[in-house]
Amino acid sequence: MPDILHFEFMRNALFAAILSSVACGIIGTYVVVRKIGFISGGIAHTAFGGIGLGYYLGVNPLVGIIPFSLAAALGIGLLTRKAKVAEDTAIGAFWAAGMAIGVILIGLTPGYAPNLFSYLFGNILTVPSADLKLILMLDLMIALMVWLFSKEFLAISFDEEYARISGLKTVALDLLMLCLIALTVVIMVRVVGIVMVIALLTIPAAVARSFSRTLHGMMVLAIAFSVMFSIAGLWLSWVFDVASGATIILVASFVFLVTSLIKASRFRMAH
Amino acid sequence: MSEPVIFCDRLFVDLGGMTVLQGLSISVYNGDFLAVLGPNGGGKTTLLRVILGLEKPTSGTVTVFGAPPGIASHRIGYVPQRLFFDREFPISAWEVVMMGRLSRRKLLQRYGRADREKATEALEITGVAGIRNRRIGALSGGELQRVLIARALASEPELLLLDEPTASVDPEMKSTIYDLLERLRERHTIVLVTHDTGTIARHVSRIACLNCTLEMHEKGSTLGRKTLDSLYRYPVDVVEHLDAGGAKPDEHHDHA
Repeated sequence: MPDILHFEFMRNALFAAILSSVACGIIGTYVVVRKIGFISGGIAHTAFGGIGLGYYLGVNPLVGIIPFSLAAALGIGLLTRKAKVAEDTAIGAFWAAGMAIGVILIGLTPGYAPNLFSYLFGNILTVPSADLKLILMLDLMIALMVWLFSKEFLAISFDEEYARISGLKTVALDLLMLCLIALTVVIMVRVVGIVMVIALLTIPAAVARSFSRTLHGMMVLAIAFSVMFSIAGLWLSWVFDVASGATIILVASFVFLVTSLIKASRFRMAH
Repeated sequence: MSEPVIFCDRLFVDLGGMTVLQGLSISVYNGDFLAVLGPNGGGKTTLLRVILGLEKPTSGTVTVFGAPPGIASHRIGYVPQRLFFDREFPISAWEVVMMGRLSRRKLLQRYGRADREKATEALEITGVAGIRNRRIGALSGGELQRVLIARALASEPELLLLDEPTASVDPEMKSTIYDLLERLRERHTIVLVTHDTGTIARHVSRIACLNCTLEMHEKGSTLGRKTLDSLYRYPVDVVEHLDAGGAKPDEHHDHA
């Protein structure tokens, strides 16, 4: 492994793996305990519109994603919490509309769209240094927000009703959390692409959950699992010369399957 | 008499097109220990939710500590039905109790020593200080119930609202929880919602029977003619509990 670190793209890939794991370990923990994976998937796919916008305007697609994923987070959140629209309906509408906008904007862009595939399915080997800085900034922002609102986020996750009774603005906090998910999506796009974001948002945290007694412990463990999955996937993709994002997802899914099976067999033996 | 802690006047509540509370009027005063009895679906939980400000009445007046519901949240300790928890949630008993301090802290303000002291005190009162570091899913029904009561106490409330505190705990634990409430009533006004009619009568100072469904007639007939008459006119009534001898405590017939 060390000799492949000679290459700058490999070092960047490693940094990207670690930095993105921080965000998806922290935010993924909330996604898993609150069971809002589907909403996160919706936000991620809506973000495709932002990629189209980036191509159309000739700016970094990663920057184009930010307004789209935030709009999806707020839109889905407000529709379901305030307008009482069924959650799966709101998610479905945003999901498809975001992708449709992306397709149209990319179609309107003259010439062909380079690297489009890498935004859909990720390519951790082509993360430019500028994107790493953006990822680091978003990481710090997410960590700071979670540190500041840790008692409120714990309360709305464990017992939203009690949080509301205690005088918390639960809808606003909920929207804030969805926005943090949106920013995590931006971070993850480079690593696994918008289509597979949902796997890294849920699997490391889901595996960590079996071993954790507190939410903070679960976050730390989820980060560790995510780093492990990313680096193992990166290495395997290097060895077998296959797509890195997909390999990371397959490693994560494999570990998830194995731990789930172990858990299930233990459960059966105990009962 | 002084201003009531809870005041409801001709309260109507519709939920999903159904009238759950019909013209309910009730006053709870400082020092009361009120049990609200009634069958499932009779509106007991809805009444608590209205008092907490979680449900808006269609018409009628409700005030809590002289203000509309939701204003005096820091003066209310709420113990929800324990059934509704995700037992897999990675949270310790201690963290759950600390949640009781939320209403005492502002947004972004971190918990301090006073908060930890109050939470510790609440755990000691309810007798679960020894299991504070255990994961919530590892607690027994009775332990979890006492942790939830500790959470309510940690907020230093004047009014305690409990929703089915003895549902799905074993009979022995039931009396432990009633003994606990017996001690708590010295310092708190308590409103308790339950369909556990057997033991409750010995402990509380007042009983209200709440039922808005058509079954009220059959149910009402066991409450005596006087109550029945008023039940016909108002689906809800408050019955002053006579004394311990008037009730028929028969623990073996409890069906939780």
